[in-house]
Amino acid sequence: MQLKVERVSLNFGGVKALSEVSLEVAQGELVSVIGPNGAGKTSLLNCISGFYHPSAGKITFEGHDLTHASPHQVTKFGIARAFQNIELFTGMSVLENLLMARHTFGHYNLLDNILIYGRAMRVGVENRRFCEEIIDFMELEPYRKALVGDLPYGVRKRVEVARALALSPRLLLLDEPMAGMTLEEKEDMVRFILDIRAERGTTIILIEHDLGVVMDISDRVYVLDFGQVIASGLPEEVSQNPRVQEAYVGVDHAV
Amino acid sequence: MMPSGYELKKYTLPQVLQMRAKAMPKQVAIREKDLGIWNEITFADYYRHVTRFAAGLLALGFEKGERLAVIADNIPEWLYAELATQALGGISVGVYQSSLPPEIAYVLSYTGAAFVVAEDQEQVDKLLEIRSEIPSVRKVIYEDPRGMRAYRDDPWIIGFDEVERLGEEYLQKHPQAVEERIAQGHPEDVCHLSLTSGTTGRPKAAMLRHRNLLHMGVALQEIDPLKPTDDYLSFLPFAWIGEQMMSVGMALAGGFAVNMPESVETAMSDLKEIGPHVMFSPPRVWEGTQSQIWVRISETYAFNRWVYQQMLKIGYRAADYRMRGRPMPLGLRLAYWFADQIMFKPLRDQLGFLRLRRAYTGGAALGPDVFRFYHAIGVNLKQIYGQTEIIGIAFVHRDGDVRADTVGLPIPGGEVKISERGEILCRSDAVVAGYWQNPEATAETFADGWLHTGDAGYLTPEGHLVVIDRVSDVMHTSTQQMFSPQFIENKLKFSPYIKEAVVFGDQKPFLTAFINVDPQTVGKWAEDNRIAYTTYIDLSQKPQVAELIRKEVQRVNEGLPEHLRIQRFVLLYKLLDADDDELTRTGKVRRKFIMQRYQPIVDALYSGTDKVQVDTEFKYQDGTVQKVSVEVRVLEADGKPEIVGV
Repeated sequence: MQLKVERVSLNFGGVKALSEVSLEVAQGELVSVIGPNGAGKTSLLNCISGFYHPSAGKITFEGHDLTHASPHQVTKFGIARAFQNIELFTGMSVLENLLMARHTFGHYNLLDNILIYGRAMRVGVENRRFCEEIIDFMELEPYRKALVGDLPYGVRKRVEVARALALSPRLLLLDEPMAGMTLEEKEDMVRFILDIRAERGTTIILIEHDLGVVMDISDRVYVLDFGQVIASGLPEEVSQNPRVQEAYVGVDHAV
Repeated sequence: MMPSGYELKKYTLPQVLQMRAKAMPKQVAIREKDLGIWNEITFADYYRHVTRFAAGLLALGFEKGERLAVIADNIPEWLYAELATQALGGISVGVYQSSLPPEIAYVLSYTGAAFVVAEDQEQVDKLLEIRSEIPSVRKVIYEDPRGMRAYRDDPWIIGFDEVERLGEEYLQKHPQAVEERIAQGHPEDVCHLSLTSGTTGRPKAAMLRHRNLLHMGVALQEIDPLKPTDDYLSFLPFAWIGEQMMSVGMALAGGFAVNMPESVETAMSDLKEIGPHVMFSPPRVWEGTQSQIWVRISETYAFNRWVYQQMLKIGYRAADYRMRGRPMPLGLRLAYWFADQIMFKPLRDQLGFLRLRRAYTGGAALGPDVFRFYHAIGVNLKQIYGQTEIIGIAFVHRDGDVRADTVGLPIPGGEVKISERGEILCRSDAVVAGYWQNPEATAETFADGWLHTGDAGYLTPEGHLVVIDRVSDVMHTSTQQMFSPQFIENKLKFSPYIKEAVVFGDQKPFLTAFINVDPQTVGKWAEDNRIAYTTYIDLSQKPQVAELIRKEVQRVNEGLPEHLRIQRFVLLYKLLDADDDELTRTGKVRRKFIMQRYQPIVDALYSGTDKVQVDTEFKYQDGTVQKVSVEVRVLEADGKPEIVGV
């Protein structure tokens, strides 16, 4: 297993955001986490990406212990995340946002960097090429030099995913990448997600409300409700599960 | 020394490429933007790709005369595949990228294509969907490997790179294989099939010969010379004749480097980066750019706007001299120089037109105001006219002789004749060999050695051709004068004050028209001139409005021969509407229906009365009906104003 979340609990004072959540993801899998609002989906991602540290339990990724790792350490281990509420530098261009994400890969000394010479030059060219490939992959060519703040919402969502890809992740965390999108934009995003996995072999954990999309593209699905995993398994198994139906649609009072 | 000019017509396209690769190996032939960088492909590279791909096709069993279809955006591989096919004595076929699977199935089975080059997964998926309907296709070659991993096991599908690699192996064993076949080519061989946009029925494929494309390229450059170092941006589909004529005919005839944009969406910003020397676009591109300028100017500061308007006035005055090729007076020349320095040059730079020597528009009519506008800002925009069957161009404006209402003079080596039916007939070395597997249509269109265009037109005393309409849509007056109502209606509608026009005259002694004034522009005009009005009925019948429109009609009449002039017209009291069945849903006038519905007014137009009383009903959206009696005035086009001071 590439990622192991073992009996993780997260408390905010008396509120139990997560209680004893366990989840396992293998290399190259596309796993979705679903559940009603406030079920703890984003909290779980926050624990994996080092924004929160679990009160109890353990998280490991490729043998590294993430339980108490900080976000920048998690990034170095090969995990990247696209945020639900787009977290980009709005005053910078698409390309600059991607290059910014890429800067962690530059290992050169101050002098090289000032003179843009030697290693700094080489790394700069490599990084630009890498970012251009992502721009090509996410079909962002028309917006390369546009300020992120000027772009429509659907495009910014795509830039958010592209920015995460710029970190060359082996595990990609996608927090509602399709929220608020039109049907056509959703279809495009689904294609991008499937292509990311197929072309780059990236493992993906997807949080998404659109059940149609989730059931279509996921290998496995975890269902959270009130901070607990109430079901997990293949999409068709999960959608048949009465507890899931109850949590999602509520109890059917009408006959 | 490589041959030039009409000498080139003795060779095939691959032979010309081969000669260029030897004579100017380092000259850039193609540029493609990829990953944000313009990558240069020299003639030597171009030729190498073509030979490799051709050898790869040989390895896959391609036979002389077979067809290879291409469904792709503008990428260098399109040209490699086309030239490689032609190098082997095969025939390339262009398919529009946006075609739906049934359309693709039709084209592929009609042309019996043995190979298909498809750009990406999207196009390959379409082909997989229709696989059972296209048994002639032996291999599908994809260019972009993205998402193709799952298709690897299917022997039907192979990558472009892979074909080139097979070609390299093949060339090691048979080094002369491709060159021998190139040498066997003959300029009279059919080399490409271009689909004609059949408005009725299935599309036909015109059979282009090497000689046709090269003749067109050489003949056009005789009047509009270009240099191999010039640049051209190729962003319209290669399946379209216009792009074949530019990127294959003109480019190989020694024209320019073909630049290919990064993606369809980036074409306009790539245009700015390239700054081409020559452009060819349909009217919508020119109209779109013009309205973009308007929008941006209207959003800027008042001072900028004022400067723009002052400079544009100078530009328009200069344009009138330029379009006629007359020397400008010294004062205007100085004023224009100043306007050019402070405004037009920066404006052209913004649009990517700074290095543009000539620009062509074709495919449909472009309004005279648009022509004048581009000449005012210093863009030498010229109309061309032609069909797929004559490699897209038979007529073009000469520099300094640009008339917005004509399509210009025949290109060198071309002849024109107007048949007794009024049809435009053309003859030149660019006329294609006929239609693929369609002897009936070929016999009809290419009868007696002339290309029958199906368009009606006439020649002006200066020798310019004026295209009126499709022959099938023209009408005749009672004195057997031919006219096209739509042609005149369009001219009337170029006026900002005229929203809709309906021209009558079929089997009548002269032409008349119904005119709908535009409520927005005429309403604004009335307000500016302190003319009070209540409803559209009231506005349309104001004497001052009648004078305004009369001037517009007179202006249109001036540009028309005597028998095509509007003699009498009325300003209709209601806007023609699709809800009342007067227009089709696509906005075309339903002439017969309108004639019946407004019969009394039509009668008045031809009876000589100057007034007609009409009782009419208005249906409101809530279903209530109101009866109104309107007095409609019949106006003489060359009449005198009834009131002084307007």
